[in-house]
Amino acid sequence: MTTSLGLFHPGTSIVHRAPAGLKLALLVAAAVGTHWLGSPARIGYAALGVAALYALARIPVRVAWAQVRPLLVLMVVLGAFQTIVAGWRAAVVIVGALVLLAALAALVTLTTRTTALVDTVVRVLGPLRHVGVDPERIGLLLALGIRAVPVVAGFAAEVRDAQRARGLTASPTAFAVPLIVRSLRHADAQGDALLARGFED
Amino acid sequence: MPLIEFEGVAHDYVVGATGGRPVVHDLDLRLDEHRIAVIGGNGSGKSTFARMLNALIVPTSGTVRVDGLDTAKDARAVRRKVGFCFTDPDAQIVMPTVAEDVAFGLRRRGLSKHEIAERVDSVLSRFGLAGHRDHPAHLLSGGQKQLLALASVLVTTPQLLVMDEPTTLLDLANTRILAETVRDLDEQVVVVSHDLEFIADFDRVLVFADGAVVCDDKPALAVRHYRALVESR
Repeated sequence: MTTSLGLFHPGTSIVHRAPAGLKLALLVAAAVGTHWLGSPARIGYAALGVAALYALARIPVRVAWAQVRPLLVLMVVLGAFQTIVAGWRAAVVIVGALVLLAALAALVTLTTRTTALVDTVVRVLGPLRHVGVDPERIGLLLALGIRAVPVVAGFAAEVRDAQRARGLTASPTAFAVPLIVRSLRHADAQGDALLARGFED
Repeated sequence: MPLIEFEGVAHDYVVGATGGRPVVHDLDLRLDEHRIAVIGGNGSGKSTFARMLNALIVPTSGTVRVDGLDTAKDARAVRRKVGFCFTDPDAQIVMPTVAEDVAFGLRRRGLSKHEIAERVDSVLSRFGLAGHRDHPAHLLSGGQKQLLALASVLVTTPQLLVMDEPTTLLDLANTRILAETVRDLDEQVVVVSHDLEFIADFDRVLVFADGAVVCDDKPALAVRHYRALVESR
């Protein structure tokens, strides 16, 4: 199984060419701005805006859909709960705002090289060196987080295939345990690799 | 070639509170050949030996020196001289795209963006990966991933390259590509391998058994010794 979730999608659009710092700043502003998305109509307008940004970035529909698809189950559960306790309007607003924010965050990673994101984070956090923060380390964590998405998705697919091959029925425990063990082993091996590549401090 | 020296080296893995289990012992070696292979059975100490070369593991007794640097005292300097390729390239690939992963090793080296881009382009062309520059690294084939791992190490211009079972996940065609690539390297190379054909034209072969070097010879004689060892067990 392969995934395009949160991975750079090469292109030359204006969204791709925009500075990483500007995109991250606008993402933060959008997160703050969700406070004003108080009605289903406003969510609809915001959705049109996000769709327009994806079109401007020339992101294929298949890739765009892959960004929000993993949220579906969680959003359906959240939407049902909100409908019961606060009504359908509140459910649309809360679920809509979360999905749109996730889509915007994905658009940033789809149109920005990880190196540019890391460089921006390192630059922005630079002044914190004086209080003992290592910006390079935080940038590295960001890069490893993005890289981990397809790796763990691949592990999950292999574990599912192994279960099917052995005729096992879907069991959360039988799925989660080998997935966690493989992920931890991978993290251990990647730690060694980082040491070997000179990132020991 | 940098001189690799092992003097009275042993390494124990800690097992509970009862003490250690020796993994390698009595290693006294001086290695300055261009291409050195390490063969032996599973658990014979080959990978521990390889990991000692760039200070991923330091000896519990004795001294390992690479180009005069003690791996226990100068780990950071040693790692600048010694590149390491792991069996599973997926564990080694840190960045999401091919070019970014190659460039990753050059961070913190004080190079300008222009210099980094030049070096990355050069090494990607050398390994036939220039057409995959912006591709997601996880979508490469197994052979391409191994070449990417190798490119990401060599872009940092190490003096010594250590490879731990680099052909384990490769098919015949990719094994041949890797063998030709390793043959053409100017850097000193130490390869741990189960692939006896891969190391057939190396300059020196160490045979490991039970944590010690039991044969140290040219490939033909060392492989013959290794086969006899396997058949005698």
